[in-house]
Amino acid sequence: MAPLVPDIISNELNFLVAFIIGIAFGFILEQAGFSTSKKLVGLFYGYDFTVLRVFFTAGVTAMIGLVFFGYLGWIDMSYVYINPTFLYSALVGGGIMGLGFVIGGFCPGTSVCAAAIGKIDAMWFIFGSFLGVLIFAEGYPMFEELYKAENWGNVQAFDSLNMPMGIFSFLLTFVAIAAFWAVSIIENKINGKPQKKILDLKNYVLLSNVALFLAILTIFMPLKKDNILEKSNDSAMINNLSFDEIDSEELAFRLIDEDENMLLIDVRDTASYNKFNLPNSINTSFENLFDKDTQMKLKLKDVEHIIIAENESDAKKAAFITEQIDVPNVKILAGGLSRFKSDIINFDSLSSAKISHDSFRFRKKAVVKIPELIAKAKLQNKVDPNSKPKRVVGGC
Amino acid sequence: MKPADYMNPYLAGFLLGLLLLATIFITGRGLGASGAVKSGVVATANSVAPNHTNSSTFYKEYNKEHQEGPLKNWLVFEVIGVVIGAFVSGLISNRLKFTLEHSPKITSRIRIVGAIIGGLLFGLGSQLGRGCTSGSALSGMAVMSTGGLITMMAIFGGAYIFAYFFRKLWI
Repeated sequence: MAPLVPDIISNELNFLVAFIIGIAFGFILEQAGFSTSKKLVGLFYGYDFTVLRVFFTAGVTAMIGLVFFGYLGWIDMSYVYINPTFLYSALVGGGIMGLGFVIGGFCPGTSVCAAAIGKIDAMWFIFGSFLGVLIFAEGYPMFEELYKAENWGNVQAFDSLNMPMGIFSFLLTFVAIAAFWAVSIIENKINGKPQKKILDLKNYVLLSNVALFLAILTIFMPLKKDNILEKSNDSAMINNLSFDEIDSEELAFRLIDEDENMLLIDVRDTASYNKFNLPNSINTSFENLFDKDTQMKLKLKDVEHIIIAENESDAKKAAFITEQIDVPNVKILAGGLSRFKSDIINFDSLSSAKISHDSFRFRKKAVVKIPELIAKAKLQNKVDPNSKPKRVVGGC
Repeated sequence: MKPADYMNPYLAGFLLGLLLLATIFITGRGLGASGAVKSGVVATANSVAPNHTNSSTFYKEYNKEHQEGPLKNWLVFEVIGVVIGAFVSGLISNRLKFTLEHSPKITSRIRIVGAIIGGLLFGLGSQLGRGCTSGSALSGMAVMSTGGLITMMAIFGGAYIFAYFFRKLWI
């Protein structure tokens, strides 16, 4: 599951990845014509909208791709860097950059690109950008209040606008296509004559339709996590499912046996877990089952994953989710933890409940042994209730 | 030889989008540029005025977050790649040439002053905006970040508002 850094690609190797991505980035920008200020500022004067076309096509492509990846569960978005929102700082900073754009004719990425092919104006622009960052660094105490004001966190636009993710991605795609169409008309007007066609009308319509079709699909593509969680809330459906079970005695036996081919997934809340938990267990909420970190622990094919919950319907819910995310060998503890407690931990040898002679002997032994194992495991199983997955740090 | 034509903008955009998608898939973060400038500034300041950077808030915070030194930074490696990629592209398309590009209506000197001031503003603005056109606007759009999209609108909106006053520089 992505992101591949740092589990599959190490942090060190990531620098090589950065270098290779940079080569491709520079190559594409230069090929697109972003190495000349004349072309870059064209969109502000209406004579050349290359920047808008490249920029929006790239943004929409990556966005739609990410929605697909999220739907398929290929990427854990809670690890992806979502640029944080600091309202005033973003507005003022953006405005200053806009001013810099029409005066300087470049932005940082494109200036590097242009300088690489010998544009002297771009080299001066880079020099200027060093000065600009230096001014910010030296004047930081002055900017700090603005810089940190109105912090909305790592919020995404569809949440800010209170709409489903798919509606937003569709609308943004639609706006981009409408803009492509509009700027072609403006370009022709400003330049006084029809420009060399970028696309035949037929191809333009075809590609627009493909993009719109994909964008419409995104409406029906919630994140895999949200999709499965919503289904798992249908308790009637969940309770009708049947899963492989393990009963209290078998679990107790395997715990005493210190069976290593067994991992307990405890889905109770952290407070209950910290108060009482079984050896060789991990604690996770239904939601956290989707975390990349959790999923890495639940991959082993020769391990039985046993769901521990207070009752059977919670266990079934968790088992449903784990099967959806391809955790192998999922079983639930029959009767939940409450039955395990009454069968084993609180087993009363004087009670008159009818059980077989073997069961009686085993439980009499287990009622001593299991609490010992629990006490032994308690220290190492403690979970910090405040721990959160760590986002990649990105941005500029 | 004549310089080759530029790539079709929609194709270039599509390829750039795929690259951005791959970048996020592999690394969990998007593309960027101005962050490398920041690394450069901090690295220079660290070596020129170490006493100053030990006492000033901005450098202290930055150095604390970058224990392995400011230059051991993802964006620094990426931008080195950009230089090479753009150079190779210029080479195969016959666009390698030292030139100072400017509108015939202005002198080279005005162009240079404009480039420095523009760069300065972009450098400053990119710190407030937490990224530039690539790091904040483009990468922010891909992950549908509210802040990224606001910065994007502010950059382009701002540029349109100010464009009229600086039209003599370009047209």
